[in-house]
Amino acid sequence: MSKLIVDNAVVTDEWTLVTLPVVEEEVRKQAGKVVIFKLTGEVAATSEQIAGTLIPDNGKVIVPFSIWQARKTELESRLEAGTLGIWLESFELVEDLISSITDINQLPVIAINFPRFIDGRGYSLATLLRTRYGFRNQLRAIGDVLRDQLFYMRRSGFNAYVIRADRSAADALASLRDFSEPYQGAVDIPQPVWRRIARPSYQPSRGAAMITPVDDID
Amino acid sequence: MYQYDEIDQRNVDERVAQFRDQTRRFLAGELTEDEFRPLRLQNGLYIQRYAPMLRIAIPYGLLSSKKLRMLAHIAREYDRGYAHFSTRQNIQYNWPPLERVPDILAELATVQMHGIQTSGNCIRNITTDHFAGIAPDEIVDPRPLAEILRQWSTFHPEFAYLPRKFKIAVNGAAEDRAVIQMHDIGLDLYRNAAGELTLRVWAGGGLGRTPILGSKIRDDLPWQHAITYCEAVIRVYNRYGRRDNSFKARIKILVKALGVDEFKRQVEEEWAQIKDGPNTITPQEFERVSQYFAPPAYEKLDASSVSFDTKLATEPGFANWVKRCVHAHKIPGYRAVTLSLKPTGIAPGDATTEQMEAVADLAQRYSFGELRVSHEQNLILADVKITDLYVLWQAARAHGLATPNIGLLSDIICCPGGDFCSLANAKSIPIAMAIQERFDDLDYLHDIGDIELNISGCMNACGHHHVGHIGILGVDKDGSEWYQVSIGGKQGNDASLGTVIGPSFAADEIPGVVEKLLQVYVQERHDDERFIDSVRRLGIAPFKANVYAGRDRKEAAHV
Repeated sequence: MSKLIVDNAVVTDEWTLVTLPVVEEEVRKQAGKVVIFKLTGEVAATSEQIAGTLIPDNGKVIVPFSIWQARKTELESRLEAGTLGIWLESFELVEDLISSITDINQLPVIAINFPRFIDGRGYSLATLLRTRYGFRNQLRAIGDVLRDQLFYMRRSGFNAYVIRADRSAADALASLRDFSEPYQGAVDIPQPVWRRIARPSYQPSRGAAMITPVDDID
Repeated sequence: MYQYDEIDQRNVDERVAQFRDQTRRFLAGELTEDEFRPLRLQNGLYIQRYAPMLRIAIPYGLLSSKKLRMLAHIAREYDRGYAHFSTRQNIQYNWPPLERVPDILAELATVQMHGIQTSGNCIRNITTDHFAGIAPDEIVDPRPLAEILRQWSTFHPEFAYLPRKFKIAVNGAAEDRAVIQMHDIGLDLYRNAAGELTLRVWAGGGLGRTPILGSKIRDDLPWQHAITYCEAVIRVYNRYGRRDNSFKARIKILVKALGVDEFKRQVEEEWAQIKDGPNTITPQEFERVSQYFAPPAYEKLDASSVSFDTKLATEPGFANWVKRCVHAHKIPGYRAVTLSLKPTGIAPGDATTEQMEAVADLAQRYSFGELRVSHEQNLILADVKITDLYVLWQAARAHGLATPNIGLLSDIICCPGGDFCSLANAKSIPIAMAIQERFDDLDYLHDIGDIELNISGCMNACGHHHVGHIGILGVDKDGSEWYQVSIGGKQGNDASLGTVIGPSFAADEIPGVVEKLLQVYVQERHDDERFIDSVRRLGIAPFKANVYAGRDRKEAAHV
């Protein structure tokens, strides 16, 4: 069963996600104890990783932004063929992506990685891609993507979600409809509620619980 | 106060349904503890030392009698007959069974209440002045803006998973009772020379492990831009705030790392892109929300009352209470009243079911059916006729709500501490009680006068110890509980952070330490000088000398 939701349906994924080769965990000593530091997050890809990344010869691929930057000439033809997508780490800058490409809409898909679901940077990256840089094609959430994030993801401009492998995409669909009338303007509905709907004004009868007559002075 | 329309109601109802399903999935093993944690936290549910703790939002501290009765009902039906009012103007239950929390939230939704974003790494409950709308020094009522910000921040899709919690406070008075410099964003409302509603923006304040007062980042911001400006600040923070270490993840660390000028520059650059966007507040919306905070139907009263003056002159107990618990009001013949939740022997901020119901009745009878929660953890009836004060005092006294200690030493701000909170290094409530017991002599307390004593059970500083005139912080030292004492902290317009006086103390030493600090004050004070003024004039040296005099240095060198 596919894990990909696009808009409001579970669909087959035509794209292959290309990832950097995993680097060995680094072992350090701290206060005499062995501590394992995982190389995650804010570490730039090494040149060995970039050179060692295997990109399938055919088909549609989504490559890491660092690969796009370093191996652009190799990927130009796939960009023109419409078979290249790029994915961003949550710490990478959307501004760098924009300046690396003539027209952002040449990319049929941009994916944003959520290394952990509590890492909320991806919501700002998506918002900027949609509202500031005019990206119109598929914006895909990848990584630690679970159903309880979907409503916020959609509001931030995502329209595709790869649900984590151990969870059901079909079940997750329900969470896209968690709330029906959001307060604030965001990417999907830019107008805040008070610009969309005429909301009732104050009715004193529903207000103060005790109204004393004005002339009742003792 | 603000009343929900169908949209507000649907949002809280849908939230209850969402959380009910999340709880079901957690109990069925479909969500791991790690996955459930941020979801339950954003509904106010902590897993604590003995049981879950549920924090319910009281937006900007404003309650109605009806809401308070529901809070009492929850305490009776689902808890142990009492609840705790917190320093965030919220209320906390300490024993709700996890599987019944969705039912509690469903009951609360029927009176327009919820636990949304009372915890978690998101925008928290917006707080403001507990005397909003009635304070003589008020320039602008901050509540309409606070309500507009409440709605905007509720389920904000971009800012639900920030690096850390995010607190916003709004002040609209000459004296800042909302302590805006202690907040991630502080908004100061004022009128500019042309009489237009304008904002001053502070950012990067916060207590906790690294206490920092906020820095001013913007003057002269027209009110329409309050939301977009906050969005710019929080977007910069969401993108660049640290996420590798939760102790260094608050916005204050980012502001400090970048420097205020660079932070300001980045915010301005971001704001320039979204200024005048759809989230710009319209005059129509501001007016619509403002109507809900229109003054109640005040009577035209004489500024003074002969019967009131007579009672003051003949009943010292009443006079004491009026001196400490009754506050000025901008309407002639009205006063605001603080009902103290700090009697000796009770955890500060705790109220029983019976007390909550009694306060609901008193608010209905004497104060237009509304009340406020102060961040000092007391309850306030904001609109009481001067001629009702005496009967109100008698009724409040009968319910243990008239301790005349507001602003005095025994009006202690205190977090739940190690008795309840799993974060705590040390207990805080027994310390507060020991101090209240030692200083139970009201004449002495009145002689000492205005003083703020704040206690936190750990670095997270829920008890605001950094800004207490005397601050007490529980620390863990080799598995036992010790207490670090600081003096010279202050909230308000001339806010300052306290200085630690020296090595920490065992729990049973604390009342004695406080006594020695007060001895110095009593000896050295100038006329009309408050404790904090004396500390500022003298520095900490004489206080320190008296506290540690005669102590074995080795014995005292705990930290």
